[in-house]
Amino acid sequence: MMSREQILHAVKMNQPEELALPNLDSFFENQTQGDIAEFTSVLQGIGALVLQVRNHQEMINTLKAQFKIGEVRVVSPLESLREIAEPFIGDDPHQLANAELVILPSHFAVAENGACWLSDALCSERVLPFITQHLVLTVNKEDIVPTMHEAYARIGKADYGFGTFIAGPSKTADIAQSLVLGAHGPRSLIVFII
Amino acid sequence: MRVALFVPCYVDQFYPQAAIASLELLEKYGCEVHYPKNQTCCGQPMANSGFEHLSGGCNHNFVKNFVGYDYIVAPSGSCVLHINEHLHDDEFPAEAKYIREHTYELISFLTDILKVKNLEASFPYKVGMHQSCHGQRGLKLAQMSELNAPAFSKPMDLLNMVKDIEMVELDRKDECCGFGGTFCVAEEAVSVKMGKDRVADHIKQGVDYITGVDLSCLMHMEGILKRQNSKVKVIHIAEILNGSIK
Amino acid sequence: MKVADHAQRADIFNQDEKRVDWHDETLWWIRQKRDKIAHQIPQWEELREAASSIKAHTLSNLHNYLIEFEKHAEQNGIKIHWAADAKEHNQIVHQLLQKNNINQLVKSKSMLTEECHLNEYLQEQGIDVIDSDLGERIVQLAKEPPSHIVLPCIHKTKEEIGELFHEHLGTPKGNSDPQLLTEAARIHLRDTFLTRKAALTGVNFAIAETGEIVICTNEGNADMGAHLADIHIASMGIEKIIPKREHLAVFLRLLARSATGQPITTYSSHFSKPRAGTEIHIILVDNGRTRQLGREDFRSSLKCIRCGACMNTCPVYRRSGGHSYHNAVAGPIGSILAPNLDMKDFADLPFASTLCGSCTNVCPVKIDIHEQLYKWRQVLVKEGHVDPKKAIAMQVMAKTLASPTLYHLAGKAARITLKYAPFVVNNKFNAWYLQREMPEVPKSSFGEWYQQNRKDS
Ligand code: SF4
Repeated sequence: MMSREQILHAVKMNQPEELALPNLDSFFENQTQGDIAEFTSVLQGIGALVLQVRNHQEMINTLKAQFKIGEVRVVSPLESLREIAEPFIGDDPHQLANAELVILPSHFAVAENGACWLSDALCSERVLPFITQHLVLTVNKEDIVPTMHEAYARIGKADYGFGTFIAGPSKTADIAQSLVLGAHGPRSLIVFII
Repeated sequence: MRVALFVPCYVDQFYPQAAIASLELLEKYGCEVHYPKNQTCCGQPMANSGFEHLSGGCNHNFVKNFVGYDYIVAPSGSCVLHINEHLHDDEFPAEAKYIREHTYELISFLTDILKVKNLEASFPYKVGMHQSCHGQRGLKLAQMSELNAPAFSKPMDLLNMVKDIEMVELDRKDECCGFGGTFCVAEEAVSVKMGKDRVADHIKQGVDYITGVDLSCLMHMEGILKRQNSKVKVIHIAEILNGSIK
Repeated sequence: MKVADHAQRADIFNQDEKRVDWHDETLWWIRQKRDKIAHQIPQWEELREAASSIKAHTLSNLHNYLIEFEKHAEQNGIKIHWAADAKEHNQIVHQLLQKNNINQLVKSKSMLTEECHLNEYLQEQGIDVIDSDLGERIVQLAKEPPSHIVLPCIHKTKEEIGELFHEHLGTPKGNSDPQLLTEAARIHLRDTFLTRKAALTGVNFAIAETGEIVICTNEGNADMGAHLADIHIASMGIEKIIPKREHLAVFLRLLARSATGQPITTYSSHFSKPRAGTEIHIILVDNGRTRQLGREDFRSSLKCIRCGACMNTCPVYRRSGGHSYHNAVAGPIGSILAPNLDMKDFADLPFASTLCGSCTNVCPVKIDIHEQLYKWRQVLVKEGHVDPKKAIAMQVMAKTLASPTLYHLAGKAARITLKYAPFVVNNKFNAWYLQREMPEVPKSSFGEWYQQNRKDS
């Protein structure tokens, strides 16, 4: 506790006179709806696949064509996907180590950077979108906002334990600046706009 | 308009033709130009080395020499930036303030104060413009590539009035040449490498001349060009604008 | 000076010119990606201004924000620790591990732990630390510090990494395909993530209003570590606080665009409460930050969000390499942070710059970096951290420039002997000639010409 008092005291002594916070209103776009085309091109530009489907059934059909459903472990909390995915009911996240495909809904997405926001309200186990080899996210087409300002306005004072913006598959360019998809997290990301 | 010409020490000693061209240019546009003969230096070499506190005598001499003119003009962005930002004199604070606010680098004096709209000059060569950092980022002679802001360039506005000149586009249009005052010897390896890379960009575009507003940068690049036995020459922008070289 | 200074190290780096070219071009390419994406945002300059003001405001009210952050984090079930310096920080980490009988730690990127030399400390205590960021893992295997805050192994070629992986991870000899090497690291580190009970991460932003922390990565390594561990330790400097969640919009728009030219990092994870049955500990570290807060001229260096843009754009950094700065944080920002930690050891760094100002222009929080470099020079000289020979030369110079008579004598001598130029004062004049010529000597100086051709004065 000594250090706490010492640090706080030093901060108080050394901080300058209070300066004003800026107003951020001018950063909000005029429309609240983000552009699907912009979202798609930005997200594809960072290595994800974006597909528009009418409903979950159409998504299931697409996934069946893409993955060896039935042979690999597919996990999703979505009841409508029970045909292809099991829920995760364990209490140890390590049990997800062999997940091949995880399918998660998201609260909304951001057009300017291709990010999808999901919190633990939608994804019971935090490691789900990271530990899987491949990740699928869904977003409703009405739920795309233009920029991060609208995004945080939308999150508001939401009470979550964990929340994350995900934009693309996991990646690294640490080796000679060559981009490699699939660093530690998913090797691929598909976002279905429904 | 009474204008005092400030000629930085190394220009006085090594590049008198640039100072002559500056003087003649100012005279052409109707200035009454004086050269206060007891001038020495702006004090920047000391200040940039961390010895600004020793520059009092030098500053005082500067104020004594340049007091009483409408404007002070110098063919050097770097020295002018230093005066604009750092000239102080305890004995004559008001005079120092006036001088600080009325000292101009030659190009911005031509474009902003004299509002030059045409030039009698021809320069039938391929030329690369070296944007010296202190002129560009310090005095804002041209837009900086880092910023998301409209493009402009005061030196280019003037060079575009010169007949027969062919200006090239550089790969890195405003990268530092590595002169940097004492940096050029204290960090010899990096300084030279920066200079070599800058020169190589100009050579790649096929220039005959490299021009700029700061002879310190040009001297550094000239030193490298000569060591490489290159045919490319450096020339201060005042000489091109004045039509000094035919 | 005990350690080699920047100039000496840069000299060695420059002995391999091809490598310098490669290093320079790689970083310049990142600078160009940054320009391209920044220029696509019409309000870019306004965003920088907003970010700068939010940080300035936060620093001016940091005392209250720290208390507010602590209160909210604790309400969320997070445990807060305070560390006055590097040593205390390292001890806190060690004690947390000891208490839980843990002797293996997986760590994602944290420049603060580099600053505190945590890895060395824990190793001495018998704790096995594995860095999980690929670049950091590479330099860890090479037993080197990171050379860049965002791109830790930017100084290494893929061939060198291939060799390193062959030795440590058993990849085929001579294979330097980034895809293959990354895959090898993925497999090696996946096992680490699955077996470690403690994970340490850095912190990009801490929100006073909510008590949450935000961690940004591209690889997903911070999340893999934290979500699989029983204890998540997050180390942060006290300057990482921002007031409100909505302010993240401004910083997340700027951070990745400035850093690598990406629209946003792949993951921007917000940790607010621990998972059931697990713990989150946050260590708030001072280590000189309150001292820097008190230095009016250098205070704003605490606004830094560690994007690395100032390094990528710095023509000196690109041609001298990160290790030349002999400090955890290299480049322009490192050169204004380091003297605060130790003036004597880092007296060379503010001089390792031409003051070109490009850093200041790219900085997303508008730190006047090159002006602070200039100001540090004045402070270091006044505090006596300067070569005495240089100090004497400067005194002679000051006298000469204050006296027109002395000056004219010196000038003539200079032109005749070429032994003097005003910018060359530390008796290293020969350094000019190593790779450069001096200008030709004209017939007369401008002063002499003027006397003959114009009358007055
Ligand atoms: S000083 Fe500015 S540009 Fe440099 S790392 Fe920090 S935030 Fe980025």
